[in-house]
Amino acid sequence: MEAIKFSYTVPGDDFTRAGDASTDLKSKLKKMGVTGAPLRNISISLYEGEINLAIHAGGGEITALVYPEKVELYLDDNGPGIADISLALQEGYSSATEEIRSLGFGAGMGLPNMKKYADEFHIESEVGKGTHIKMVVNL
Amino acid sequence: MTVKQLQELLNLRCISEGSEDRQLEGGFCGDLLSWVMGYGQYGQAWFTIMGNINAVAVAALHDIGCMVLCQNSTMQPNALEKAKEEGIWVFTTDMPVFEACGKYYEAIK
Repeated sequence: MEAIKFSYTVPGDDFTRAGDASTDLKSKLKKMGVTGAPLRNISISLYEGEINLAIHAGGGEITALVYPEKVELYLDDNGPGIADISLALQEGYSSATEEIRSLGFGAGMGLPNMKKYADEFHIESEVGKGTHIKMVVNL
Repeated sequence: MTVKQLQELLNLRCISEGSEDRQLEGGFCGDLLSWVMGYGQYGQAWFTIMGNINAVAVAALHDIGCMVLCQNSTMQPNALEKAKEEGIWVFTTDMPVFEACGKYYEAIK
Protein backbone atom coordinates (compact mmCIF):
# COMPACT_ATOMS: atom_id res chain seq x y z
CA MET A 1 0.00 0.00 0.00
CA GLU A 2 1.31 3.41 -0.94
CA ALA A 3 2.19 5.71 1.93
CA ILE A 4 0.62 9.10 2.55
CA LYS A 5 3.39 11.66 2.48
CA PHE A 6 3.73 14.94 4.37
CA SER A 7 6.70 17.27 3.87
CA TYR A 8 7.88 20.22 5.93
CA THR A 9 10.70 22.73 5.70
CA VAL A 10 12.12 23.76 9.08
CA PRO A 11 13.71 27.23 9.16
CA GLY A 12 17.02 27.66 10.97
CA ASP A 13 17.23 29.62 14.22
CA ASP A 14 13.51 30.43 14.44
CA PHE A 15 12.52 28.84 17.71
CA THR A 16 9.06 30.34 17.74
CA ARG A 17 8.24 28.29 14.66
CA ALA A 18 10.08 25.16 15.74
CA GLY A 19 7.27 22.80 16.61
CA ASP A 20 5.01 23.79 13.72
CA ALA A 21 5.77 20.64 11.74
CA SER A 22 5.30 18.31 14.74
CA THR A 23 2.06 20.04 15.74
CA ASP A 24 0.72 19.91 12.19
CA LEU A 25 1.63 16.26 11.71
CA LYS A 26 0.07 15.40 15.07
CA SER A 27 -3.23 16.99 14.12
CA LYS A 28 -3.22 15.30 10.69
CA LEU A 29 -2.50 11.89 12.22
CA LYS A 30 -5.21 12.44 14.82
CA LYS A 31 -7.70 13.04 12.03
CA MET A 32 -6.50 9.79 10.42
CA GLY A 33 -7.35 7.94 13.63
CA VAL A 34 -3.89 7.66 15.23
CA THR A 35 -4.19 8.08 19.02
CA GLY A 36 -2.55 7.25 22.37
CA ALA A 37 1.08 6.28 22.85
CA PRO A 38 2.01 5.98 19.14
CA LEU A 39 0.73 9.51 18.50
CA ARG A 40 2.71 10.88 21.45
CA ASN A 41 5.82 8.94 20.46
CA ILE A 42 5.68 10.35 16.93
CA SER A 43 5.04 13.88 18.22
CA ILE A 44 7.89 13.90 20.75
CA SER A 45 10.52 12.23 18.60
CA LEU A 46 9.69 14.53 15.70
CA TYR A 47 9.67 17.65 17.90
CA GLU A 48 13.13 16.83 19.24
CA GLY A 49 14.32 16.38 15.67
CA GLU A 50 12.69 19.60 14.58
CA ILE A 51 14.36 21.52 17.41
CA ASN A 52 17.71 20.01 16.46
CA LEU A 53 17.25 21.14 12.85
CA ALA A 54 16.49 24.68 14.05
CA ILE A 55 19.24 24.85 16.68
CA HIS A 56 22.14 22.97 15.17
CA ALA A 57 21.64 22.56 11.44
CA GLY A 58 20.42 25.95 10.21
CA GLY A 59 17.16 24.30 9.22
CA GLY A 60 16.31 21.24 7.19
CA GLU A 61 13.64 19.03 5.68
CA ILE A 62 11.19 16.66 7.30
CA THR A 63 9.34 13.94 5.46
CA ALA A 64 6.71 11.77 7.09
CA LEU A 65 5.43 8.63 5.40
CA VAL A 66 2.27 7.24 6.93
CA TYR A 67 1.50 3.55 6.41
CA PRO A 68 -1.37 1.61 7.99
CA GLU A 69 1.00 -0.07 10.45
CA LYS A 70 3.77 2.51 10.96
CA VAL A 71 4.97 6.06 10.41
CA GLU A 72 8.43 6.72 8.98
CA LEU A 73 10.04 10.06 9.75
CA TYR A 74 13.00 11.39 7.78
CA LEU A 75 15.00 14.43 8.89
CA ASP A 76 17.60 15.72 6.48
CA ASP A 77 19.88 18.72 6.75
CA ASN A 78 22.98 20.18 5.18
CA GLY A 79 24.29 21.47 8.49
CA PRO A 80 27.69 21.07 10.13
CA GLY A 81 27.21 17.36 10.88
CA ILE A 82 28.05 15.46 14.07
CA ALA A 83 31.67 14.50 14.67
CA ASP A 84 31.03 11.89 17.35
CA ILE A 85 27.57 10.32 17.09
CA SER A 86 27.98 8.02 20.10
CA LEU A 87 28.84 11.05 22.27
CA ALA A 88 25.82 12.98 20.92
CA LEU A 89 23.62 10.01 21.78
CA GLN A 90 24.64 10.10 25.44
CA GLU A 91 22.09 11.60 27.78
CA GLY A 92 23.30 14.94 29.10
CA TYR A 93 25.78 15.71 26.34
CA SER A 94 24.96 18.99 24.63
CA SER A 95 26.67 21.45 22.34
CA ALA A 96 23.88 24.06 22.67
CA THR A 97 24.77 27.69 23.37
CA GLU A 98 23.78 29.69 26.46
CA GLU A 99 21.06 31.43 24.46
CA ILE A 100 19.51 28.11 23.51
CA ARG A 101 19.75 26.91 27.11
CA SER A 102 17.88 29.97 28.31
CA LEU A 103 14.93 28.83 26.17
CA GLY A 104 14.83 25.53 28.04
CA PHE A 105 16.78 23.42 25.56
CA GLY A 106 20.29 22.02 25.71
CA ALA A 107 19.63 19.36 28.34
CA GLY A 108 21.42 16.87 26.12
CA MET A 109 18.31 14.77 25.69
CA GLY A 110 17.41 15.49 22.05
CA LEU A 111 18.88 12.48 20.27
CA PRO A 112 18.42 10.16 23.31
CA ASN A 113 14.72 11.06 23.40
CA MET A 114 14.35 10.43 19.68
CA LYS A 115 15.94 7.02 20.15
CA LYS A 116 13.78 6.32 23.20
CA TYR A 117 10.42 7.16 21.67
CA ALA A 118 10.96 5.73 18.18
CA ASP A 119 10.74 2.00 17.57
CA GLU A 120 13.59 2.31 15.07
CA PHE A 121 16.25 5.01 14.97
CA HIS A 122 18.98 5.37 12.34
CA ILE A 123 21.43 8.23 12.04
CA GLU A 124 24.11 9.06 9.51
CA SER A 125 26.21 12.16 9.70
CA GLU A 126 29.25 13.62 8.04
CA VAL A 127 31.09 16.68 9.31
CA GLY A 128 30.66 19.57 6.90
CA LYS A 129 27.96 17.80 4.92
CA GLY A 130 24.97 17.22 7.17
CA THR A 131 22.90 14.69 9.07
CA HIS A 132 20.24 12.23 8.00
CA ILE A 133 17.92 10.57 10.46
CA LYS A 134 15.27 7.94 9.92
CA MET A 135 12.82 7.03 12.67
CA VAL A 136 10.01 4.51 12.58
CA VAL A 137 7.13 4.47 15.03
CA ASN A 138 4.82 1.46 14.89
CA LEU A 139 1.10 2.13 15.06
CA MET B 1 -7.92 13.88 40.55
CA THR B 2 -9.25 16.14 37.82
CA VAL B 3 -7.58 19.35 36.71
CA LYS B 4 -10.46 21.29 38.27
CA GLN B 5 -9.85 19.59 41.62
CA LEU B 6 -6.17 20.50 41.44
CA GLN B 7 -7.12 24.11 40.73
CA GLU B 8 -9.30 24.12 43.83
CA LEU B 9 -6.73 22.32 46.00
CA LEU B 10 -3.93 24.78 45.25
CA ASN B 11 -6.13 27.82 44.66
CA LEU B 12 -4.66 28.30 41.19
CA ARG B 13 -5.47 31.08 38.74
CA CYS B 14 -6.56 29.75 35.34
CA ILE B 15 -5.23 31.52 32.24
CA SER B 16 -6.03 28.86 29.62
CA GLU B 17 -8.71 26.19 29.66
CA GLY B 18 -8.82 22.66 28.34
CA SER B 19 -11.35 19.90 28.59
CA GLU B 20 -13.55 20.14 31.69
CA ASP B 21 -13.14 16.54 32.91
CA ARG B 22 -9.39 16.15 32.23
CA GLN B 23 -7.93 13.59 34.62
CA LEU B 24 -4.45 13.93 36.08
CA GLU B 25 -2.01 11.07 36.45
CA GLY B 26 0.57 12.29 38.96
CA GLY B 27 2.94 15.15 38.39
CA PHE B 28 6.33 16.28 37.16
CA CYS B 29 8.47 19.33 37.77
CA GLY B 30 11.24 20.71 35.59
CA ASP B 31 12.21 23.53 33.28
CA LEU B 32 14.48 21.80 30.79
CA LEU B 33 12.16 20.92 27.95
CA SER B 34 13.92 17.83 26.66
CA TRP B 35 14.08 16.54 30.22
CA VAL B 36 10.32 16.96 30.49
CA MET B 37 9.86 15.17 27.17
CA GLY B 38 12.18 12.38 28.24
CA TYR B 39 10.86 11.75 31.73
CA GLY B 40 7.51 13.47 31.96
CA GLN B 41 4.46 11.42 31.17
CA TYR B 42 1.08 11.75 29.56
CA GLY B 43 -1.58 13.27 31.81
CA GLN B 44 0.73 14.67 34.47
CA ALA B 45 0.43 18.07 36.13
CA TRP B 46 3.60 19.88 35.06
CA PHE B 47 5.02 22.37 37.59
CA THR B 48 7.44 24.78 35.97
CA ILE B 49 8.57 28.37 35.58
CA MET B 50 8.99 28.01 31.80
CA GLY B 51 6.22 29.90 30.01
CA ASN B 52 7.51 30.26 26.47
CA ILE B 53 6.03 28.93 23.24
CA ASN B 54 8.34 25.93 23.24
CA ALA B 55 7.05 24.88 26.66
CA VAL B 56 3.51 25.00 25.30
CA ALA B 57 4.59 22.88 22.33
CA VAL B 58 6.02 20.30 24.73
CA ALA B 59 2.79 20.28 26.77
CA ALA B 60 0.72 19.84 23.62
CA LEU B 61 2.86 17.17 21.98
CA HIS B 62 3.31 15.23 25.21
CA ASP B 63 -0.39 15.59 26.05
CA ILE B 64 0.42 16.92 29.52
CA GLY B 65 -2.62 17.20 31.82
CA CYS B 66 -1.98 20.81 32.78
CA MET B 67 0.79 23.35 33.23
CA VAL B 68 1.23 25.12 36.57
CA LEU B 69 3.43 28.19 36.29
CA CYS B 70 4.87 28.70 39.76
CA GLN B 71 6.37 31.57 41.73
CA ASN B 72 4.59 34.26 39.71
CA SER B 73 6.23 33.19 36.47
CA THR B 74 4.24 34.34 33.47
CA MET B 75 3.38 33.02 30.06
CA GLN B 76 4.50 34.97 27.04
CA PRO B 77 1.56 36.33 24.98
CA ASN B 78 2.30 34.20 21.88
CA ALA B 79 2.61 31.13 24.09
CA LEU B 80 -0.68 31.85 25.84
CA GLU B 81 -2.40 32.27 22.51
CA LYS B 82 -1.02 28.89 21.42
CA ALA B 83 -2.09 27.23 24.69
CA LYS B 84 -5.66 28.48 24.23
CA GLU B 85 -5.65 27.35 20.62
CA GLU B 86 -4.47 23.86 21.64
CA GLY B 87 -6.89 23.66 24.60
CA ILE B 88 -4.16 23.21 27.20
CA TRP B 89 -4.96 23.93 30.85
CA VAL B 90 -2.53 26.55 32.19
CA PHE B 91 -2.56 27.87 35.75
CA THR B 92 -0.44 30.38 37.62
CA THR B 93 0.38 30.62 41.31
CA ASP B 94 2.55 32.64 43.69
CA MET B 95 3.75 29.43 45.31
CA PRO B 96 7.26 28.19 44.58
CA VAL B 97 7.48 24.88 42.69
CA PHE B 98 8.56 23.07 45.86
CA GLU B 99 5.51 24.17 47.82
CA ALA B 100 2.97 23.60 45.04
CA CYS B 101 4.34 20.11 44.31
CA GLY B 102 4.47 19.30 48.00
CA LYS B 103 0.80 20.10 48.53
CA TYR B 104 -0.24 18.16 45.44
CA TYR B 105 1.90 15.18 46.40
CA GLU B 106 0.41 15.20 49.89
CA ALA B 107 -3.08 15.10 48.39
CA ILE B 108 -2.53 12.21 45.99
CA LYS B 109 0.02 9.97 47.71
